[in-house]
Amino acid sequence: MAETTEQAQPTRFRPADLRLVVVGHVDHGKSTLIGRLLHDTGSLPDGKLEELKAVSEKRGMPLEWSFVLDALQAERDQAVTIDITQIWLRTPRRDCVIIDAPGHREFLRNMVSGAASADAAALVVDASEGMREQSRRHAYLLNLLGLRQVVVAVNKMDLVDHDAARFDEVRRSVEDFLRDLGLRASAVVPVSARHGENLAGRAAAMPWYEGPTLLEALDRFEPSAAPVDRPLRLPIQDVYKFDHRRILVGRVETGVLRAGDQILFSPANRTARIATIEHWGPGEAPVEVKAGQTVGITLDEPLFVERGDVASHADHAPVLTNVFRASLFWIGRKPLLPGQALTLKLGTDRAAVTVQSIDRVVDTQTLGGGDADQVRTNEVCEVTLRSREMLALDEHSANPATGRCVLVDGFDTVAAGVINMRGYPDQRQLLTVKSTNIQEVDHLLNATARAWRNGHHGAVIWFTGLSGAGKSTLAMRAEQRLFQRGFQTYVLDGDNVRHGLNSDLGFAPADRAENIRRVGEVASLFANAGLIVITSFISPYRADRERVRKAAGSAFHEIYIKADLSVCEQRDPKGLYRKARAGVIPEFTGISAPYEPPESPELVVDTSRRSVEECLEDIMTYVEAHIALRTSDVA
Amino acid sequence: MPSHLDQLEARSIYILREAFACIEPLGMLWSIGKDSNALLWLARKAFFGRVPFPVIQLDTGMELPEVYEFRDRIARDWNLDLVVEQCPPEEEMDPTLPPASRSAARKTAGLKNVTERLGFRGLIAGIRRDEQATRAKERVFSPRSSDNAWDVREQPPELWDQYKTEFPDGTHVRIHPLLHWTELDIWRYSKREEIPIVPLYFAREGKRYRSLGEKNITLPVDSTASTIDEIIAELSETRTSERAGRTMDHEAEDAFERLRSSGYL
Repeated sequence: MAETTEQAQPTRFRPADLRLVVVGHVDHGKSTLIGRLLHDTGSLPDGKLEELKAVSEKRGMPLEWSFVLDALQAERDQAVTIDITQIWLRTPRRDCVIIDAPGHREFLRNMVSGAASADAAALVVDASEGMREQSRRHAYLLNLLGLRQVVVAVNKMDLVDHDAARFDEVRRSVEDFLRDLGLRASAVVPVSARHGENLAGRAAAMPWYEGPTLLEALDRFEPSAAPVDRPLRLPIQDVYKFDHRRILVGRVETGVLRAGDQILFSPANRTARIATIEHWGPGEAPVEVKAGQTVGITLDEPLFVERGDVASHADHAPVLTNVFRASLFWIGRKPLLPGQALTLKLGTDRAAVTVQSIDRVVDTQTLGGGDADQVRTNEVCEVTLRSREMLALDEHSANPATGRCVLVDGFDTVAAGVINMRGYPDQRQLLTVKSTNIQEVDHLLNATARAWRNGHHGAVIWFTGLSGAGKSTLAMRAEQRLFQRGFQTYVLDGDNVRHGLNSDLGFAPADRAENIRRVGEVASLFANAGLIVITSFISPYRADRERVRKAAGSAFHEIYIKADLSVCEQRDPKGLYRKARAGVIPEFTGISAPYEPPESPELVVDTSRRSVEECLEDIMTYVEAHIALRTSDVA
Repeated sequence: MPSHLDQLEARSIYILREAFACIEPLGMLWSIGKDSNALLWLARKAFFGRVPFPVIQLDTGMELPEVYEFRDRIARDWNLDLVVEQCPPEEEMDPTLPPASRSAARKTAGLKNVTERLGFRGLIAGIRRDEQATRAKERVFSPRSSDNAWDVREQPPELWDQYKTEFPDGTHVRIHPLLHWTELDIWRYSKREEIPIVPLYFAREGKRYRSLGEKNITLPVDSTASTIDEIIAELSETRTSERAGRTMDHEAEDAFERLRSSGYL
């Protein structure tokens, strides 16, 4: 009876203070390397070796070291690691947690899970095959996740006759690739995992190698230091009201927090002082809590604070923004598309975000990249994300703990990302200024609050022009562009108002005036609610349009969609001009009824002289300058 | 620099608070062994002295008397909302399982019953990665289908501390705040915090329980360790695995994997 289900344990108490992930292409020998290393360091419990022999024999194969880790039946039967496993390795210096990551492409998300929690990595490369697809992709992902301590094991040296020249060739190609990523391997070690060469002991077969063994290289790594030197970040996890106290709990991600400190809560921009640090259990309540520790605090005044808020010191506050860039590793099963709505998890916060744009898709094999209109499973990309609510975050380079995020689609985690603010300003200053101006109504919803959430002001974009000038085409295209930009937008046109709201109206002059009045009122309500409404109506009379301008106030933007009558008549998309000329339609704007062009519209786009695409650009430029919240506002 | 035990504790408290913030209704499984006692203690720390969810014992009626005595005392002293779930009899279990596994499967059935009856969306459990090789593959937040099955091939990614907390109806999640602890960590922490321990762990007449299960399927091991310090000293020297006294683990190569895939802890 084989005893197969036990696992190595640390046999002496030394803190497992280093977490090492082992990555590399499938079949390059990761699990074998770990199994053999565990054996050679005396990390396996009694009887394990005999058990491995028995299990291997049963399957009619030579001693299979990978069976130490590949505990699942499917893994043993197919000789493939499906999921990460964690096991303790005794080194001369420490007990080290080894994370065995799968090399198969379809298990890449499991590999990333393992790598995300590691302090250091060992990249295993087959000496005869050299770098392969997953070797490169794994190295790229290590770098993306911020892992900087890497050792390379060039494995299966026995299969290349322990040849120094072959080793040098592989070493150079690995080092070149890592250098292009900005990584440097601490050592490149020629090993034969199956025979235990240069793992824990030196290999007699490779006298030409003078560097460290793999074990020596591992013992040179340092655990990630608790980031106490960075500014304080305490994302609030929950607020407990078990008794009279209101206890704010969370983990200090970076920095140090002390009782009595003045604390700023973002994104609300409110401050209070820490009254107490709460404590339960033996010992005294601490007066100071450092990065990595969990904490419960009470405040000197009853601020409204909730899960997702970030506590910091006022002079080193996190960035406030509702738009940022992220380098994403996309593990969703469906492709990522621009305009897609997803849930962002950032620290303890959750927010609705839209993908404003896909800026670049990276080829992890060549490290090149280019434009793409979608991102497929297991690809790496750079995107711009926009949230409706203001977020408190940091750039990954400034603070990894608060500068990384995951994206969720429905029930599934679809991406891991690191954040940068390239091209986008910190909006804290502006928010602070705005809040000062509206102190009296601080607790009420107002246009400013809506604008900040949406990233733009509410607006009525009023298209006017002859039938056939291109109003509907441009309205629909502009709506799509604005939506992709992450804006809240809607088109009102004859189709959606004539069928409902205005179904009681005909086409007599009085009815047409009433039609426009109602559309104007509805549009300005939408604008008050923070939306960008585009209307598409001929609206031939200046007086009618001026009435709408009055209703919507500064939110009104009149855009004259200009086209010569002859051009419109030639286009005649609905055949109306022909009917009008034939006298079937008695009063038709431009033929038998007047059209009064705007005297001073905010913008004129001439569709008889410019293409739809050019006109659209003009409209978007106008919106960016006058309706979007702009970066120049901050200065 | 916080100590190793402080770091382990902080991570577990963070996980417990994540579960409490994101999943409802929530329950905690309490086997009354050393790990789940430490877990219960961590919950009291996380929530400042009170355990804000029910604590569930899956009872086969086969526990040793000391276990029942300990359970009742602690539940009273710590003011726990204790749910004792009687597990269905062995005759109702899958007859193709080896005998000890069949006995263990009673707990899986009891777990399924209590989950359905009380509608838990989250169950906190005190398993550790170093106990057993399939547990080494576990996630901190591990989703289970309505029939309690564990799909080892489709586990959600856990990136940094972002756990999967949303599920379709009919599924629940097992939460494992002790996954990163070792057996020695548990003992050192129990000593530091003075956590109450079932006396069966201490040697009497040259034997003690290293891993505590039902009396029909768990055997004591040779030992003279009669204090926590002696247990720590003993574990520092041993090369025998913790679950060596658990008979069901050794009935077939994949016995434990089969149990776990169908919902066993």
